[in-house]
Amino acid sequence: MIDIGLGHYLTLGAIIFSIGIIGIFLNRKNIIVILMSIELILLAVNINLVAFSIYLGDLAGQVFTLFILTVAAAEAAIGLAIIVVYFRNSGTIRVEEIDKLKG
Amino acid sequence: MAHAIFFYVFSTIAIVSAIMVTASKNTVHSVFFLILDFISVSCLFIMIGAEFLGMIMLIVYVGAVAVLFLFVVMMLNVAQQKNQWFLSSQSSRHIPIGLIIGTIIFFELIIVIGGWKYKPELFKKTNSTSSFEGISNTHSLGQILYTDYIHIFQISGMILLVAMIGAIVLTFRQREGVKKQSYIKQISRERSEGVEALEVQSNKGVKIDD
Repeated sequence: MIDIGLGHYLTLGAIIFSIGIIGIFLNRKNIIVILMSIELILLAVNINLVAFSIYLGDLAGQVFTLFILTVAAAEAAIGLAIIVVYFRNSGTIRVEEIDKLKG
Repeated sequence: MAHAIFFYVFSTIAIVSAIMVTASKNTVHSVFFLILDFISVSCLFIMIGAEFLGMIMLIVYVGAVAVLFLFVVMMLNVAQQKNQWFLSSQSSRHIPIGLIIGTIIFFELIIVIGGWKYKPELFKKTNSTSSFEGISNTHSLGQILYTDYIHIFQISGMILLVAMIGAIVLTFRQREGVKKQSYIKQISRERSEGVEALEVQSNKGVKIDD
């Protein structure tokens, strides 16, 4: 327990990833919280990549974490823009009331 | 020892705030817990020696993404919507299946990590540390980011450009009845259409705009 290794970081990543997945399913409020859960999932992936990169001594993991950061920022910007446009058109972003696609 | 204490402190804060992101009633509180989560994870990154990524995490996530979330939450005025996990019958259907899928994924990941423990030769380090000899983590990241990964780096720049243009195009709207300055009209205006020389007769005056 005292000696922190790769397994500890991977477990932390797994826990945060699962919380993100559960957050997507259990969310009944609005789509913004779903986007935040996706950010949590990306964060867990970043933790995994950085832990592997540090403990296996390969810098490629950190470079890929940088690219994941880029894509996450772009995804957040586009997703929030879509949400703003949807709210402007339909007046709600509650998950239950978005049923135009009859999913 | 100190490493273990700091790891457990920061990871506990990260996990609790991740739960609070999904469970808190107020969306603004969710955003604040997301910020707390990012900060504690970036502390973890700095602790294990990826200090450049920890700082970038603070700048990009806390400084840009989380503030963007906060901005949109406050702009859309959805912060006070009540959480209705257990109230409506339609939504309570999703709870067990969500929990089941989440726990299944968690245990799959744990099994994968446990499998690594029984094959210790996979854990062998290729190099000694996360950075090259004698230079810092930031320096060594820069050395491979701009040489080996230059094409991916430029593609990620293109992704950011496309995201910026897309966000502007999506949220742009032309409003009616707003007076705007038109530079083209101002610059291309000529003397002949702006000034007119009139012969004013005595006792009659001049009528403008007739």
